[in-house]
Amino acid sequence: MNFLMTLRIAFKALNRNKMRSGLTMLGIIIGVSAVIAMIAVGSGAKARIQEQIASMGSNLIIVLSGTATSGGMRFGTGSVPTLTVDDAKAIAAELPAIKYAAPVLTGVVQVVSGNQNWSTVAYGTTPEALLIRDWPVVNGRALTQADVDGRASVCLLGQTVADNLFGDMNPVGQTVRIKKFPFTVVGVLALKGQTTWGQDQDDTLYVPLTTSQRLLFGRNFPGMIRSISVQATGAETLKQAEEEITQLLRQRHRLRSDQENDFSVRNLTEAMSTAEESARVMSLLLGAIASIALLVGGIGIMNIMLVSVTERTREIGIRLAVGARERDILYQFLIEALVLSLIGGLIGLVIGVSASQLISHFFKWPTLVSSQALLLSFSFAGGVGIFFGFYPASKAAKLDPIEALRYE
Amino acid sequence: MHDLIRVEQLVKIYDLGEVQVPALMGVDLCIAAGEFVAIMGASGSGKSTFMNIIGCLDRPSRGRYFLEEADVSDLTKDDLARIRNEKIGFVFQSFNLLSRTTALENVELPLFYNNTPSRARHQRAMEALSGVGLAGREHHHPSQLSGGQQQRVAIARALVNRPSLILADEPTGNLDTRTSLEIVDLFQRLNQQSRITVILVTHEQDIARYAGRQVIFRDGIVVQDLSFQPRQAADDLTRMPPAVQEAVS
Repeated sequence: MNFLMTLRIAFKALNRNKMRSGLTMLGIIIGVSAVIAMIAVGSGAKARIQEQIASMGSNLIIVLSGTATSGGMRFGTGSVPTLTVDDAKAIAAELPAIKYAAPVLTGVVQVVSGNQNWSTVAYGTTPEALLIRDWPVVNGRALTQADVDGRASVCLLGQTVADNLFGDMNPVGQTVRIKKFPFTVVGVLALKGQTTWGQDQDDTLYVPLTTSQRLLFGRNFPGMIRSISVQATGAETLKQAEEEITQLLRQRHRLRSDQENDFSVRNLTEAMSTAEESARVMSLLLGAIASIALLVGGIGIMNIMLVSVTERTREIGIRLAVGARERDILYQFLIEALVLSLIGGLIGLVIGVSASQLISHFFKWPTLVSSQALLLSFSFAGGVGIFFGFYPASKAAKLDPIEALRYE
Repeated sequence: MHDLIRVEQLVKIYDLGEVQVPALMGVDLCIAAGEFVAIMGASGSGKSTFMNIIGCLDRPSRGRYFLEEADVSDLTKDDLARIRNEKIGFVFQSFNLLSRTTALENVELPLFYNNTPSRARHQRAMEALSGVGLAGREHHHPSQLSGGQQQRVAIARALVNRPSLILADEPTGNLDTRTSLEIVDLFQRLNQQSRITVILVTHEQDIARYAGRQVIFRDGIVVQDLSFQPRQAADDLTRMPPAVQEAVS
């Protein structure tokens, strides 16, 4: 008996009991669509986190000015300026695992333009800082080394600042006053959106480091900087870069081995990787829970196939009498179970994909349907069909023809 | 004429765990090709067990069974399935047709299991159906056919692989007298015209007398084996009063 005929018989048999076949399929449909939707939700979350890591800048390390203890009072990180521009230069120049290092001064400033004003976080830094954050300028130009060298009174605005000060007007070429000093806007940064913790990354402005030292934050940190943004050459050199920085700075700051670091090195990517990892675990967990539904669906198939074998004992007897071999009967019932699960799987696929789309549409939750997830859940459905169909099918094949023919 | 079937000291004992029930206790029998044999006996006489072994649905505990000179006593299940498919046609008391399946597909069933191409399958099934007088009813389902017609479909199914042997187990048990006679007539014609060996199990003397030989079983052995001139069902049919027209839908 060839495959196509067996397939036709399977379809006929399932067609005969539409209600029953439909209900049995429902188990698989729910299982497969749940697996797909859950994996989509999980990978959506993972993708969003990855996107945020990318928006923050990849392989990012931040070196913060150190803590200090004074009269038994301990100050927080960055409270005492210990880092210098030369530290940043040394990191960039001497360490092989480092791609860029940018010294950063930062502080909250009031920006005024005409009759509008806005409070934001200003960064005084070098052009590398924007390279590290992989942050392009969409309008105008970026900061240049010449701006830094010439202490130019120029600034780059984040989208939020540009919107609040200029509205629909083009800010490039306009003058804003930062802490009463006039700055020319030379460019507007691309929209970056919010961080995972809801901070608006576009509510910021950039000025040349030297200018900020002289005009904006020089008084708080004379000759010093608040932090250094560092980009490692790759994810695999991140750890090495961290160690090298620590070593280099201890050496430069002449710290004895019994002294604590007067700076701290933070690996932001690592923190985000943890978030990514937890998203992955969540995705896995959701998928696993959904697989249980699929498994229950499989048990449904087994149950209904057992009933079907009992009901069709006589048919099996007839088939055996006219020359069916055991394996013909085995295949017949196995293919029936497989058809049941694969059709269910196909319908579940469609429902799962649409459900994912509905979830992202109505709950604004990012979902990501990958072809691997589709393939995985579909083949899982097929596997369930074969696994749970095998026992009933072998039971059918092992029937004694004489007894089967006599069965009422 | 060679022996189509030869059994030697056939013994079948059913092992029911605690007890062993003997069903056949040493049967010797030869049936030549082209014979029409009636197997008779009360229930429990061993005739059904004998038929199951002859039909390759079961294997003997001891003794040998030669079908067309070949020993089939110890064949595997798959080999027995092939023999059932190619050499034996079964007809049952309760017709044993697949319900919700057309007459044509029922007749085609044995051809599925020897991979006959679909065109040939279709053609041979149509021929077999018209051979039993059911041309035009190919697409009826068993529930749309009368008992006699259903049994004809079953006979067509038994014939479709051109077997050397037809085994009919109480084929008229569920039919009225006239229809029974028609079925027996069909068997007689197959036997006399197509030279197909027919073995018919029955407990009705009325039916058995149309066979040329009667073998009677009792307590697991053959107690009587007589050959005589059979009655002709066709003659008896003409003598019968015309029957009520069979319900046909």
